[in-house]
Amino acid sequence: MWVARIYAHPEGSDFPCLDSEGVDAIVAEELRKRYRTVQALDGVSFSVREGEVFGLLGPNGAGKSTTVRVLTTLTRPNSGRAFVAGEDVLAHPTRVRHAIGYVAQDSGVDWEATGRENLLLQGRIHGMGGAPLHARVAELLGLVGLEEAADRQARGYSGGMKRRLDVAIGLVHRPSVLFLDEPTTGLDPEARAAMWLEVERLAKEHNLTILLTTHYLEEADRLAERVAIVSRGRVVVEGRPEELKAGLRGDSVTVELGDVDGKVEAAVEVVRRIEGASEVSADERQIRTRVPNGAQAIPAILSALESGGFPVASVTTARPSLDDVYLHYTGREFSAEDQEGGH
Amino acid sequence: MQTVRQTGWMVVRQARNLMREPIWIAMMVIQPILWLVLYGQLNKNTGAQGHDAQFTYIAFLTPGVVCMNAFFGGTWAGMAMISDLDRHVVDRFLAAPASRLAIILSQVIRAGITAVLQAVIILVLALALGVRVRAGFPGWLAVFAASFLLAMVFAGFSNGIALLLRREASMIATANFVGLPLMFLSTILVTTLLIPGWIRAITRVNPVNWGVEAARTPVLYGNNWGSVGFHLGLLLAATAVTSLFATWCFRAYQRSI
Repeated sequence: MWVARIYAHPEGSDFPCLDSEGVDAIVAEELRKRYRTVQALDGVSFSVREGEVFGLLGPNGAGKSTTVRVLTTLTRPNSGRAFVAGEDVLAHPTRVRHAIGYVAQDSGVDWEATGRENLLLQGRIHGMGGAPLHARVAELLGLVGLEEAADRQARGYSGGMKRRLDVAIGLVHRPSVLFLDEPTTGLDPEARAAMWLEVERLAKEHNLTILLTTHYLEEADRLAERVAIVSRGRVVVEGRPEELKAGLRGDSVTVELGDVDGKVEAAVEVVRRIEGASEVSADERQIRTRVPNGAQAIPAILSALESGGFPVASVTTARPSLDDVYLHYTGREFSAEDQEGGH
Repeated sequence: MQTVRQTGWMVVRQARNLMREPIWIAMMVIQPILWLVLYGQLNKNTGAQGHDAQFTYIAFLTPGVVCMNAFFGGTWAGMAMISDLDRHVVDRFLAAPASRLAIILSQVIRAGITAVLQAVIILVLALALGVRVRAGFPGWLAVFAASFLLAMVFAGFSNGIALLLRREASMIATANFVGLPLMFLSTILVTTLLIPGWIRAITRVNPVNWGVEAARTPVLYGNNWGSVGFHLGLLLAATAVTSLFATWCFRAYQRSI
């Protein structure tokens, strides 16, 4: 139904709404938003294909939640445009609201109501009712594993249960696009793992387009087919996690030296001379370098160090992580920026 | 139509949630009784002075206490909105196709219903204390209508302030700042003859006093329906104004998030 509207985008848009791989369910174009003294969004642009799980990745305060609030019609940008499920967020917010499910960063559960009552009310707001609504609610309670707690007040739910209820609330009207704003923040590891399984299943079985924000790199790596890294109100890089990682120069190799009597600098020189090694750095007796292929480079590194008289205690290699990607594109340690994060 | 349905379901939600708060129910019942008994004793020698002896002070006070409860309840109605904002229930509604007017009206109507329940308690207690509503059953209905509308006028205002301030402490300060002066600028506790002329002038434009007029006339004097209808009409218009003001305040709230 909304595919046709995609073509009706205003003239002069240089943002591709269609590409060879399919239809875009979410398009953000140069979104800017300022709160008093803070430029929360400074030209955010990205697009998400239909049926895709897309991760907005960044530290607290980077602009992820503000982006989601704009796309879910909760707030308006100062400038820029956005389309969700083929509808213009600014011109037709009500149409967008019918098409989306929104799981906010902070739980929107009504604590005094039961899980079932929360779901029934949300369905009624979406114009549902009667037996079909009750059946849908029962189905969702089963889907998120809350059947037993369904008729208890949500006040007594654990954090994980509230979060699962939030997801169910977002799904009650069978939306085509689901926004999950930091779905696992504040959850214990067990509840987080359960939520990940839940998201994976939704994406696979229900052909939902999911926009997920997170400040956990491993979460984006695990769940998202594509990610955009957001920093200070801008998208600094966008792509598939593997592409982004492959874009870095190869694997990291970490060598832990044995007793070298403070001759670490000489050992660093030895490693530097090895073909393909770059970004060599030392920290006490640990030498880190980046090579095109870790497994192939390790024998050469070991033999060079041994023959130079430097005993090696251990050596490890690792594929680049999104952590490395983040560091590479923002020039900052992910965790360091997280600490200074505001909202 | 969608707004009406949504308002209905949201009122159901609020009523159900309140019914789960035993302390709230107890306070709702006890508070009007306290007002009636305490003020009745405190002012019984002065309050109704200057009027002919057709009625007792407790009869004079009864519709006043009904109105005091209604408008105090109304001024505090925004606290429920603050709680819904804090718990992000409002955001969840706003990102769904919920009518903003329905969100406000549900809070406003809930305050109105609470006020009517309290009015029933007060009138029944007053009946036991010997107060007879001069206008009979239609008079009771007029008192209920006055309490319903008066609570709604201030609940609309209070919800608008809640959306503008969004903080509990600021909300409490505002409710106190508005509530007590409006009570003393009305004839809730004392007759018009006992208050200075300049205050008497203010009472005519004080919505609290519109409620007092609409509720007191049928209790004390019987059939002056013109005045009752006029004041109820003013309250209805004021309810529309404050509810629309509160709905408009969503703009300010959504700009801030």
